[in-house]
Parts: sequence; structure tokens; C-alpha cells
Amino acid sequence: MSASSTDKSLSGRRRLLLHLALAIMAIGYLAPLFWMIDTSVKTEKQAMSQSPAANLSSIRNLVIPHPLRVQNYAKVIRSPLFKLPLYARNTLVIALLVAIGSMLSASLVAYSLTKLRWYGRTVLFWIVLGSMMLPFSVMMVPLYRIYREFGWIGTNLPLWLPTFLGPPFYIFLLRQFYLTIPNELTEAAVIDGAGPLKIWWYIMVPLTRPALTVGGLFSVVASWKNFFGPLVYLTHQRTFTLPLALQSFQTRHGGVNHTLLMAATVLVVLPIILIFFLSQKTFIRGIATTGIKG
Amino acid sequence: MAAYGRITLRDQFTGMAFALPFILGVAILLIMPLGLSLYYSFCHYTMLTPPIWVGDQNYRHLLSDHAFIRALINTCIFSAVSVPLSLGWSLLLALLLNLPNRLRGIYRTIVFLPSLLPLVATAVIWRWMLSPVHGPVNLLLRKPVEFIGWCAADVAKALGAAPATIGHLQNLKPPLWLSEGRWAMATIIFLSLWGVGQTVIIFLAGLGEVPQELYESAELDGAGSWRRLRHVTIPMLTPVVFFNLVMGIIGSWQIFDLPYVMTQGGPGRATLFYSMYLFEAGFQQLRMGAACAMAWVQLLIILSLTLLAFWSARKWVHYR
Repeated sequence: MSASSTDKSLSGRRRLLLHLALAIMAIGYLAPLFWMIDTSVKTEKQAMSQSPAANLSSIRNLVIPHPLRVQNYAKVIRSPLFKLPLYARNTLVIALLVAIGSMLSASLVAYSLTKLRWYGRTVLFWIVLGSMMLPFSVMMVPLYRIYREFGWIGTNLPLWLPTFLGPPFYIFLLRQFYLTIPNELTEAAVIDGAGPLKIWWYIMVPLTRPALTVGGLFSVVASWKNFFGPLVYLTHQRTFTLPLALQSFQTRHGGVNHTLLMAATVLVVLPIILIFFLSQKTFIRGIATTGIKG
Repeated sequence: MAAYGRITLRDQFTGMAFALPFILGVAILLIMPLGLSLYYSFCHYTMLTPPIWVGDQNYRHLLSDHAFIRALINTCIFSAVSVPLSLGWSLLLALLLNLPNRLRGIYRTIVFLPSLLPLVATAVIWRWMLSPVHGPVNLLLRKPVEFIGWCAADVAKALGAAPATIGHLQNLKPPLWLSEGRWAMATIIFLSLWGVGQTVIIFLAGLGEVPQELYESAELDGAGSWRRLRHVTIPMLTPVVFFNLVMGIIGSWQIFDLPYVMTQGGPGRATLFYSMYLFEAGFQQLRMGAACAMAWVQLLIILSLTLLAFWSARKWVHYR
């Protein structure tokens, strides 16, 4: 990815301009995150202080609160109103089941679409593409009704069980990777007498582990971020996921307690940011693949 | 499963067996809901009682539903402004981040970070950032805005403006953001720029795929950096621009989380968007039939805009 419009490094003045532009942009993108953390370690009184006096120490206190109120975090974690450990567990359980379901089903389907020959697989691929473009709202009401018949409303089942039926986006993503695996490999296995299930398990799955990692990461993050699904299907506070709990925390206490709200927000976003930093390369490459090889 | 030759019954069976999850998915999660939703859209349906056929009443009522018209117009405005704006902005960022620079890895991470946050978190953070009295944005803006107001008032006085205008300028304050209709809409549009990380990454990957030879030969022909950008980079990038455009259109017509948490559609209905009103009609007012009708209209709008994009693509997308 080192290709760029100029191979030579930039001249002095241009480079200065570039650094300036990038620095301003970086401050703009980071400031809200900084302010979130900053508010989370202030006292409510510090957070609500209006225009600071025009002297250095009061401006410094605005930016770096003294002393740091780390107790806010303990307060949030122990709060009876915002049961963070419970919501984190709910979110994690759904995210893991979504990842397992999506990767298992999508890799079977993508294998069939790329390496098995049968009538209708091209049509099926067009359905995969087409259904990615459908707005969820068209299916929303009937699905809600169907899940209600099953008695699933209020449980987390509607949020993960359908992912075992091959979510189109992940079929598409895995297909992009599977196309790069040479057919000679699977054909040689056929000659050696391996059945399709064996080929899938012993050749395709190990060879595409990076792709499965990308897909798994994406589905964990997407599920972690999902707000609309939980909003529609989860009716009891004890089943809430983190985004839904954060929203309900804000509507009930947001106008009152900014420091606790920000501490809660930090705790909600922290796991995702950690996942990202632990898997940055895989992650970025995955996004690039969905956009380029389409 | 020989690569060539006839597809045997066995091949057909195996292929379908592996695709079975998705075939079931299409039946249960796609075709059945689509059929039912089309049927409900012609019914009075609350989900508590069986649907009653009412013909095209749900669709006709949409035209006289002021809230619906407002949501439609708001979403049009949002889509028409935010899609080109965020495309242009992310392209600009990608071009800057593609220039040789020792720190660009860090800068890329910084731009990408906000797009990882759940939109609920983005909404909560920015509500606090833009809080009219205690928020840092207005804390920062208050003095400069007051200063500009005073200067403008002096100029207005010298030009002999009406006392009302002068008074207004002397009291110039930063906007209340989410409590003022137009500013609330502008804020939601602006926030879509804060979350463009994914689009930037896709653009960067596209930039990485432009063959170096093209730049070398352009340079031999004496093309400066601007002309290389205009005649090599941009044309080679058009397929990626197209992909991001289609994704942007589809996404913008479904915007929900951000306004739902930030403004609940307010003030008034200034930030009431299509999907929010659809959700409200269906799950809060239990007008499920009307919600389905709205969903089908939404589908048709998204479909026609996507087709329009595909049709226009022949004129401006360069496929290699």
C-alpha cells in the first residue's frame, strides 16, 4: 500500500502544509474522544463550570481536572441503574453467537457458490447481492410477527439465531476470498477421493482462516454496535445490550449526571477499541477487500 | 465435481446442500417477510388483531400525512447533502493520508477510530460536546462569536443599518445546536463526516491499487501533480467512488440511530427521518400496515436511486 501519487518525498513547504492539515484534522477527530474521557474523571461541579477565568491555572483545570475522579467508574460499575457487567455479558454472548453463526453458515454457502458446480448458483449469488441492498424496514414488521409467534420477543434469539442462515454480507465477503483459492487444489483432493465436506473442512477452512478472522471480527463489532435490533426485540432491562442500556441511561439520567454518563460511554466503547487495536491490520485489510474486489 | 463436463444429479444435490442455510434464509427471512409485508401494506393491521384488507388506503394516507411528508423531505435533504459531502471529504482525507508521511499510520488510525463507536455512543458524546451552556464547543466559540458580533455591529452602525439589526449583532451568540431546527439538521449531517473512517479506508485501498506505471508515464509526458491527480488518480478511482456512492445512498436513506438518540426527531420535526417515523408508526402507534406501506415506498426510492447511479455509472466510471 505504499503506492502514492508522488514517489519522491514532498518539498519542504508542502510537507509543512500537509503536516499542519493532518494535525488539525487529527485534533478534530480526537477532541470528542478526549473530552469524553476528560469529563468522565471530573466532578459534576467541574464538568458544569462555565467560561473559565482567563488565567492559566483555571484553563489547566478545565483540561486536566485535579484531582482525577476515578471513582466515577466504580460508581458506574456498581450502579443499580446501569448494570454494566450484566449488559456487557449480554452483548458479548450475542456477539459471539453471531460470529459463530455467520462464519459457519457463510463459509458453507460461499464454498458452494465458488467451488461446487450446480444449476442455480449464479442466481443465488445475485440474490446474495440484491438482498444486501434491501432496507431492513421492509422485513421488519413480518419478522417481528414471526418471532412473536415463536415467543422470541424479549429474548435475544432474534438477534443471533437468524445469522445461522447465512447473512448475505458475510457470504459475499468470504466469496471474495474463496475465489482466490485455486481450483486445482480442490480438484486434486477430489481425485484423492475426498468428499465435499472433507474438502471444506480440511482445505477451505484452514486456507481461509484469515478471511474467517476478518469476518468474525466484523460480525462481533457489528453486533456490539447494533442498536436497532435490540431496541425492537429486547423488552426487559435485564436483557439489554450496552448500546441500548446507554441510550436508556441517557434518556433517564443524561440531563442530570454528565460525568457518570461519560464514564459509562467510555466503558461501552472501550472493548471495541481494544479489539481494534489488537487486530488492526486484519481489520483494515478486511474493509479494503469489501470495497475493492467487488 | 470435475471442473468440466456435465453436472450430475449428485453434484446438484451436494451444491444445494452446502448452500442450504442461505436457501432456507431466503425462504424464511426474505421471501416470506417480503410477501407478508406487501400484503400488510394493503391492510389495517395492529398485530393485536388479524389484518383487515383496506386496499391502497395506507399508501393514499401517506400523501396527506404531514409528519410523513416532513420525514421524507428531511431524509431527501440529508441524503442529498451528506452523501456528496462525505464522499468528497473522505476522498480528500484519503488523498492526504496517501501522501508520503512518516506518521500516516497513526493518522489513519485516528480517522478510523470514531467509525468504530456504536452510534449511540457517538450521539451521547456529541450531545455533551454541543451542550449549549456547558459544552466545550460553545465554551470555545462564545468569546470569538461575541467579538465578531461586536465588530459586525460597528460596521453595520457605520453603514447606517436598522437599530434592530445592530442590537441583534451586539448580542450574537453561538448556536444552540440541537435545539434549533436548522442547526440540528446541520449537526446530524456534520456528524456523518466524523464517522467516514470506513469510506476513507476503502478509498486508500483503491489508491494503493492504481498502477505505478501510469504515474511514471504521466510524469514522462510532463504532467504536474495536479494533472496526475485529475487525469490518473481520479479516473482510476471512479469504481471505488461508485461503490462508496451506492453504499452511501443506501445508508443515508436508513439513518436512524444517531437522530433517534440525539434529538428524537426534534426540535419539532426538524430531524425526523424516514426510518424513525416508520418505526414510530409501526411500533409506537401500532399502525403496522402503514409502516409496511412506508417501507415499500422506501424500498422503491432506494431502488430507483441505486438504478439511477448504475445508469449514470456508464458515463463516468472507468473500468479497467
